[in-house]
Amino acid sequence: MSPLEMTADAAFARVDLLNLASMVEPGSRVLDVGCGDGSLLRLLAEKRSVDARGIELSQSGVNLCVAKGLSVIQGDADTDLVYYPDGSFDYVILSQTLQAMRQPRVVIEHMLRIGRRAIVSFPNFGHWKIRLQLLATGRMPVTKNLAYTWYETPNIHFCTIKDFVDLVDDMGATIEQASALDRFGRPVEMTLPRSLWNLFGEQAVFVLSGK
Amino acid sequence: MTRHHVADPDKRNEAIEPSSLVAHFGADEPLALESGESLGPWSIAYQAYGALNADKSNAILLCHALTGDQHVANINPVTGKSGWWETMVGPGKPYDTDRFFIICANVLGSCLGTTGPASLDPKTGKPYALHFPVVTIRDMVNAQAKLVDRLGIDTLFCVAGGSMGGMQVLEWAASHPDRVFSAMPIATAAKHTAQNIAFHEVGRQAVMADPDWHSGRYLEEGTRPEKGLAVARMAAHITYLSEQALHRKFGRNLQERAAPTFSFDADFEVESYLRYQGRSFVERFDANSYLFLTRAMDYFDLAKEHDGVLARAFKGSKTRFCIVSFTSDWLFPTSDSRAIVHALNAAGASVSFVEIETDKGHDAFLLDVPELFETTRGFIDSAARARGLAVPMRRADA
Repeated sequence: MSPLEMTADAAFARVDLLNLASMVEPGSRVLDVGCGDGSLLRLLAEKRSVDARGIELSQSGVNLCVAKGLSVIQGDADTDLVYYPDGSFDYVILSQTLQAMRQPRVVIEHMLRIGRRAIVSFPNFGHWKIRLQLLATGRMPVTKNLAYTWYETPNIHFCTIKDFVDLVDDMGATIEQASALDRFGRPVEMTLPRSLWNLFGEQAVFVLSGK
Repeated sequence: MTRHHVADPDKRNEAIEPSSLVAHFGADEPLALESGESLGPWSIAYQAYGALNADKSNAILLCHALTGDQHVANINPVTGKSGWWETMVGPGKPYDTDRFFIICANVLGSCLGTTGPASLDPKTGKPYALHFPVVTIRDMVNAQAKLVDRLGIDTLFCVAGGSMGGMQVLEWAASHPDRVFSAMPIATAAKHTAQNIAFHEVGRQAVMADPDWHSGRYLEEGTRPEKGLAVARMAAHITYLSEQALHRKFGRNLQERAAPTFSFDADFEVESYLRYQGRSFVERFDANSYLFLTRAMDYFDLAKEHDGVLARAFKGSKTRFCIVSFTSDWLFPTSDSRAIVHALNAAGASVSFVEIETDKGHDAFLLDVPELFETTRGFIDSAARARGLAVPMRRADA
């Protein structure tokens, strides 16, 4: 990977985080599920003055978070969300992790139970490049953002924006806000119909609330 | 029967005249115990490192484990060895003596200068022995709180400790929440399990089965239940290590011999090691203290008075917690730490939790485990920032 590409990736990651952060009301209580090295939590704590908490699977990630002064628990979202009481957070965030969950639906249900709102961002498998790759090569798509072969990917539950909206409807949850980012990290024009988001959005972010 | 002398007559009796700082509390300041009894006069021996700042906001209380003592970061007067947590405590170390005022007190019921069964009962002028009241983790913490009062410290910046020390940390946070700014319970549990109680009972029975124990009156009799206490220590020591660590250190290696001797000599290195552990322990520890302290751990169950709901013990807590467990610790397994984490979450408390990958077993908290140092440093620095204390620039701050 060239330095230029790394910068572009870092910039994209930054845009994604800023986009997420902009959806959080200042001063609220936030739980970031799968918080990695704590970048989003730190951004939220610094820019939005939130009470930031996290869950992270990897010991190295937790150590980095603790060193940043964040309250982060080593744990598994698939099994540990059950221990959080109802309504204990304003927002529960799942950033770029939905596709790695063993039970995405159960995880989202817990998020809606624990938080007033759930914010879910995920890579859109309905993006035209992915569709084109599968059509043209007949193989599982491997892209810059989804750079794993099928047999070693941690991403076991991909979905498209349409699939996600169907799941939200099925759960009876409400979409409070939604946005999609194209492959340059620019927001896809909000006036476009959802089917075009599904085609041009490389990433999607949804803010949900429960029944 | 062989009579053992109580101790080397040239050696200072650390139980009665400790070479530590001591806070004395007279008969007019008795300690009210959980059992309903009252202990007084009583004393608490402690070591202090670093300097207390002007607004007394930089004090860290370290709580020692079952057979530990207050000699955290200085040469131990009994064993002549380094302090038990010199890896963690000192200038520039995670518990930094350049920045913090660090206190460690010998626990109530122990034998290094704080009142315990080897101390003299003022009523009889003889050692308390079994007339010493059964004390609990809460009693130990209340005794420490009296010391902290006397030092003029209102809120401790941090209370930290492993194993039985971790139990004291949890008790501090639950019963004195406003006095604990941050807490680090390491390799511990909110209650002692049936298995843990069972191991302790084996140890106690070994001590009591030794004829030199004399129903606890061995100090008066001029003997010491060395064999029983050594067996107790040997059994306990196995629980502090992991199977992998025993295998890594000893395997089936023979001790300075080419072949088994077809006898009950210590043929195996692991046998020789355990015998050494047993022998060296009896030279430094009082058998009755071992009985009382194991009992205190057995009685510990923080959730009990909250109808079994641990979260209620931490309701409304403003303390910042950092919980640490070790993968190969089967005495206080990660599931015990997770139970604490889940309770703190349910109580809405600020909590971090790290499970550190190591094959060193329960003893890992005392050993050279870099991940423990990093986690502690990160947690202490961030808590210091939140408390308005100076934090040196580190790479992680960049």
